[in-house]
Amino acid sequence: MTDRVPVLKIGDVLLVSIQVDLEDQMVMDLQEDLSQRIVDTGAHGVVIDISALEIVDSFVGRMLATIAAISRVLGADTVVVGMRPAVAMTLVELGLSLGGVRTALNLEQGIGALRRARDQGPVGR
Amino acid sequence: MAQDESGRLLSLLTDGQDDLVARWIRTVTSSLAGRLTPAEVQQDLTELYRALLVAVREGGTATRGEAFGEVRSLLTELSRNRARQGFSPTETAISLFALKEVLEPALVESADVAAFVRFSRVLDDLGLYTVEVHAKTREEIISAQAEQLLELSTPVVKLWDGIVGVPLVGTLDSARTQVVMEKLLQSLLDQNATHAIVDITGVPSVDTQVAQHLLKTVVAARMMGAECTISGIRPQIAQTIVALGIEFGDITTKATLADALRHALHRIEQTRVPAGIGGQA
Repeated sequence: MTDRVPVLKIGDVLLVSIQVDLEDQMVMDLQEDLSQRIVDTGAHGVVIDISALEIVDSFVGRMLATIAAISRVLGADTVVVGMRPAVAMTLVELGLSLGGVRTALNLEQGIGALRRARDQGPVGR
Repeated sequence: MAQDESGRLLSLLTDGQDDLVARWIRTVTSSLAGRLTPAEVQQDLTELYRALLVAVREGGTATRGEAFGEVRSLLTELSRNRARQGFSPTETAISLFALKEVLEPALVESADVAAFVRFSRVLDDLGLYTVEVHAKTREEIISAQAEQLLELSTPVVKLWDGIVGVPLVGTLDSARTQVVMEKLLQSLLDQNATHAIVDITGVPSVDTQVAQHLLKTVVAARMMGAECTISGIRPQIAQTIVALGIEFGDITTKATLADALRHALHRIEQTRVPAGIGGQA
């Protein structure tokens, strides 16, 4: 059996902390779990923590964009937090910019950003 | 015949050792014009002469052979030191070639031209070796300095709580961009900073290449979740940027560091107020 990525609820925000390198099946499961949880809890925000990831490639990049898109359809904003400097540099070298995905330095700022976004209405970047 | 020549050469080198070394030292000292003391030269050359004698005795004239190992290592050290002290390769090589000069009268007197030619070939070879080592040492020094320069020229400073600044000085190439990016991203993390200001006042010119590197840095900082502003754009550079058709997209650019700092503080203020209300609600 493959592991599942846990989806945790903090107030009205869902936290997805990715700790291991993802495989196709895990990504599918995560999308399913997350969309179900958003609907169940009525969360207005999703924080994806990738501080444990040492490698972020186009596959992970696409997954993040997909999750963000799904969440947006369900009325929740997505913030990706905790990207490592080395990861950011690799992504830039690869020419990827994670377009359409909001980022924040750490979990605290990510949740802060989501809270502000809720208070002010959707803030596009 | 060849054995004979070596033998005669060897006996000449051995018999006249003290006299030859003394004259050699004198010649070299005068050629270096007092930049090294006779004592230093004496120490170097006496040692070298002794090693050379041993090498010729054992290995003949095969300078790349094993017998010349010690001579080569002495020469390596000698040229390294000379290179560090700022002597030219010629000056280093002349130290060796001077021995020819010193030997010439003695060998010509005995009409041993063949031996002289053979020995001078040995010295030529060793001279070339010193030049080689000299060049290599200079290259090492240059690359070490380039590295130091890279370290020195890219400080990341904390401007305010949550704002870091990178005053760039000098031309941006891909190696420097890498270092700048690395330092900037790390300091964003360390300082828990949400804003970064890249100041290009000290960048002499901005072409498409440099702009590309700047963009990369900004995009990387953004992906970490920080807002990035480029400041210090001089009027000429603004004109160049437009003339070249460089697009900075939605990246904020400001004329001066002060403007950029004000902008960043304003943005922080903007984000702080609603958060406070949100906390109370």
